[in-house]
Amino acid sequence: MNTLLEIKDLHATIQGKEILKGINLTIREGEIHAIMGPNGAGKSTLGAVLTGKPQYEVTQGEVLFKGQDLLAMSPEERSWAGLFLSFQYPVEIPGVSITNFMKTALSCRRKAQGLPELSPAEFLALRKEKMALLQMKQEFAKREVNVGFSGGEKKRNEIFQMAMLDPDLSILDETDSGLDVDALRIVADGVNKLHTPQKASIVITHYQRLLDYIVPDFVHILKDGRIIKTAGRELVAEIEEKGYEGL
Amino acid sequence: MEQIWIFDNGSVRSFPAACGLAVASGSAVDPAACISSGLAVASDSAVRAASGTCDVLAQDSTRPASAAQYTLPQEIYLSEGEQLAWTFLILPGAPSLPSLKVVLQGEHADFSLNVLCLAGEKDRQTIEIEVVHATPNASSSQLVRCIATGDSRVNFDGRIRVMPDAQKTQAYQSSHALLLSEKAKISALPQLEIYADDVKCSHGASSGSLDENEQFYMRSRGLTLEQARLLQLHSFAWPVLQTVQNETVREEMVARVDEVLTTFFV
Repeated sequence: MNTLLEIKDLHATIQGKEILKGINLTIREGEIHAIMGPNGAGKSTLGAVLTGKPQYEVTQGEVLFKGQDLLAMSPEERSWAGLFLSFQYPVEIPGVSITNFMKTALSCRRKAQGLPELSPAEFLALRKEKMALLQMKQEFAKREVNVGFSGGEKKRNEIFQMAMLDPDLSILDETDSGLDVDALRIVADGVNKLHTPQKASIVITHYQRLLDYIVPDFVHILKDGRIIKTAGRELVAEIEEKGYEGL
Repeated sequence: MEQIWIFDNGSVRSFPAACGLAVASGSAVDPAACISSGLAVASDSAVRAASGTCDVLAQDSTRPASAAQYTLPQEIYLSEGEQLAWTFLILPGAPSLPSLKVVLQGEHADFSLNVLCLAGEKDRQTIEIEVVHATPNASSSQLVRCIATGDSRVNFDGRIRVMPDAQKTQAYQSSHALLLSEKAKISALPQLEIYADDVKCSHGASSGSLDENEQFYMRSRGLTLEQARLLQLHSFAWPVLQTVQNETVREEMVARVDEVLTTFFV
């Protein structure tokens, strides 16, 4: 089993304040890792730093993605290399349809990977297949990206994009926030169907609920910018019962 | 009636004849050709369509003004129930617009102005308009969106005057500015003079630059920074382009705008 991601002693700041204070984490193909922790622990910061959000500065440490220096890559290069982040707060892009957005994204990706462009028919078939996977009505394709979407629709749209882009490592940042049970099932089902023995996921969440559906192999507790405990899935129930304070 | 005005610099794209007017690329418009395609040129101060749902008209800064060229009417009087929708597409290097006056002198008249102004290096552009509500129950709206880069200056001077008898007037104005360089300047001067007391009038203005969170979101999906910026610029322009009723014309305009955005603004 190959190593997909290696994070070594990662420190990161935003506006001069240090949020990540030495993260160490290894993720291999086929694994699902949950990252839990109280508010302000740095969970979303980790996702942001891995995907290259400009406001954050890495002050120390190294991240290797498939053996390559991830931190040296631009956000789009990281995407082309096979990284995907499902945003906690997906951004609205008025005037841009979901179809055009995904068409442009795929076109860039395939160009970067030296693959030929998808024909209109191939793209249409792919789009239909992935929308069906997420139980999205076909008219969503014409909608402007995330404009007027409910919280659940936005999260589902994130997983739809993930399905279209087919990443090797997906980071799901608080994907369960704002979702009712039905929406949660659809989203989790989609994520599970996309998972293969060659891929891996990092599931960032506060709550046990999502982890009932997307069952993790490893659970890490992030507190004050450090991973303070790592265990198997049994840790989830322990947190639910005792909270983060006791750790 | 819907009229699209394109203010350009010598390379006006031809639009399909189906919309009532064919503007040949790079040449002054021939009145005879206009009449045969269903457009009647009444005088050089007013243009009326004989048929068709949309007029596409062009003013080209590289050609000297002549009788064969369309002139933007500077004063428009709308009578009872008359509706006029103007969409202006002002491209880099465009001629200066004259100041405009629209008077709603008949009840239930409606005027809408939608402007997309793209100002490139060293462009100086002014959009000056006065909308006068002279009778009750008329409505008007002005929506102006400007993108300025380089060393350009755009002034939007929009006045709404509601006369004492013009009760139940509805008049709206909004201006949005997108500044892409240190030196670019956009100024908006909304003015409301309201003399009637039972009206709905509002105005708003905003200005900003391209949102970096949007850019990051798009780049995280694999778009390059240039492509992300183009999509953002396109989405800023979209509310104006969206108002064009005629679908063929709208698609042509979107293509033209994307071309200009890619060349000058990305």
